Amino acid sequence: MAVLVDSDTRLAVAGVTGREGSFHTLNNRAYGTNVVGGVTPGKGGQDVEGIPVFDDWAQAMEQAEPNTAMIFVPPRFAADAILEAAAAGVRLVITITEGIPAHDELRVYNTLKRDYPGTRLIGPNCPGILSPGKANVGIIPASFFKDGNVGVVSRSGTLTYQIGNEIAQAGFGCSSIVGIGGDPVPGSSFVDVLELFQGDEQTELIVLSGEIGGSAEEEAAEYIAEHVSKPVVAYIAGFTAPAGKQMGHAGAIVSGSAGTAAAKAQALEAQGVRVGRTPTEVAELAVQILRA
Amino acid sequence: MDLLEYQGKQLFARHGLEVSPGKAVTTVEDAVTAAGEVGYPVVVKAQVLIGGRGKAGGVKLADNEDEAREHAGNILGMDIHGHLVRTLWIEHASDIATEYYASVLLDRSAKAPLVMFSIEGGVDIEEVAEQTPEKLIRHHVDALKGLSREEAVRIATEGKADADVIEGVADALVALYEVWIKEDATLAEINPLIVTPQRQVKALDAKVSLDGNALYRHPENQDLSDTENEDPIEVRAREQGVQYVKLDGDIGILGNGAGLVMSTLDVVAQAGGKPANFLDAGGGSDAAKIKQAVELILENEAVKAVLFNIFGGITRCDEVAKGLIAAFGEIQPDVPFVVRLDGTNDVAGRELLKEASLPNVHPARTMNEAAELVVELAAKSGAPA
Repeated sequence: MAVLVDSDTRLAVAGVTGREGSFHTLNNRAYGTNVVGGVTPGKGGQDVEGIPVFDDWAQAMEQAEPNTAMIFVPPRFAADAILEAAAAGVRLVITITEGIPAHDELRVYNTLKRDYPGTRLIGPNCPGILSPGKANVGIIPASFFKDGNVGVVSRSGTLTYQIGNEIAQAGFGCSSIVGIGGDPVPGSSFVDVLELFQGDEQTELIVLSGEIGGSAEEEAAEYIAEHVSKPVVAYIAGFTAPAGKQMGHAGAIVSGSAGTAAAKAQALEAQGVRVGRTPTEVAELAVQILRA
Repeated sequence: MDLLEYQGKQLFARHGLEVSPGKAVTTVEDAVTAAGEVGYPVVVKAQVLIGGRGKAGGVKLADNEDEAREHAGNILGMDIHGHLVRTLWIEHASDIATEYYASVLLDRSAKAPLVMFSIEGGVDIEEVAEQTPEKLIRHHVDALKGLSREEAVRIATEGKADADVIEGVADALVALYEVWIKEDATLAEINPLIVTPQRQVKALDAKVSLDGNALYRHPENQDLSDTENEDPIEVRAREQGVQYVKLDGDIGILGNGAGLVMSTLDVVAQAGGKPANFLDAGGGSDAAKIKQAVELILENEAVKAVLFNIFGGITRCDEVAKGLIAAFGEIQPDVPFVVRLDGTNDVAGRELLKEASLPNVHPARTMNEAAELVVELAAKSGAPA
């Protein structure tokens, strides 16, 4: 089954005519994702290697009927692009853009909740979603992953590839890999994606990769205790991060005594989640459970 | 981006929050002149981005010119928990009847602005939250509507502010919310928010953090922040658009992707080493970018060995190897490098490095292996010449 993106995905891309946007859109198409269009204001009527470009999301919806949007526009235009896609009726919006102001993210999150509750936002500042063998939306290098029964949800891109690759080398594949992004106000949190994996028949084990900052991992721990019957293995990055310093991701910051890696690992372990100390150990724990 | 007190107060004043008249100065003479202008008694306040400056002797009252000169002389150049005092804020001293607390911040969990208010001001608010949580009012604001005056009055009332200053506190809360929303702040805090004997409500301190991602909307705020007290390598990295954080160990770290770099620091620490920095090279794999990154890492003289941890996704390992070889052609580092290339085109990348046989560059297959090797090399390597 996989979650969020699969062979039914009909993708349209905001920023498809940009250098990065076109590169990754074409990569996604080459993987087999059904790319039905792109949106760039003022460039309607053009095409990117056969992908029709529309001036706005309403037009894209009318003519190409996308059910998934990927946002690849610069930070200052991203909030409006997300809301425009939602207003046009797109149900899943995956935002790759890094560097969106936190207040814009707050406005987008709350506007979606109030006006477009049927639209799910993944990201911003995320690598996208890959369902191996079915669809790839975003920048996740698909070659490391094959179809299988491990669901992966992560705040970090490269760390996901690192862990996923080690699981793949042990002979296991993934149902879906979902990057929820490293920003302070993500559209979807661990809890949202855990719920999807719990309900997904293909997924038999879940790998959760978190990091310092915020309390999404603590909330995930509580959710797992009450609602997730599938085994969960976790990793937390940032044990050595000093307080008050932003570690690359806008959301990766220990504020005072809140948001430390140690507290997150403890919260997860208290609910019976096994937490690996290194990415390799996480993969080993996952493989142990899969082989049992 | 954290602001100094006086910078925060400038933003407060911009949005109608009451603050005392004052001046920022960097010399003793200017401090004395400023004190004369704002009028005695004055408070001489060290401008540093660290708490506990009062206890450290960085805040003093001066009743006359001699005292102002003496305090300014003592405080300028003072080291407060590792922060050098270069700037003083000279402010007309306020009479204080009561000290409250007020703040607006981004509650990441609730995904909403959070307004907090307490009549227990002037103390560590985390202690109030722990010991007497009933004295800290926490009010989530609808992010799409903002804080209304009615809400602010309710917060002040619920928080048991003195009856005659409910209106004044509400005004301050509304203004503080304005600061938070209009300046793209992630935190705007007043501790203490004072009530004077004349029943005026005033911000006696200011703690403001601005969102660096929103600075393009605020060109007037671009030069704020405490650049002088920041680590010079961090300042230079930011100017070059590189994500770099200085740490206090001796093993330089470079990786691609924030999560992987954080993880690399942890794995090095677990292997018994101490990371000297966080550096996310992102997708940058060309020689110029790698050279720039290597130079930043080596600018820290404590570095005894460097670990390159690359997991190629979009980034191709052969490109990284080429970049590293080209960079080594231009700079000859005198510390050992451990290079782990995995992922896209890793075999080609490793082959290139092998052919180039760069001096003192050690390949490693896995992240754990690389961490152990770099810790071993750092222990062997003395301080660089």
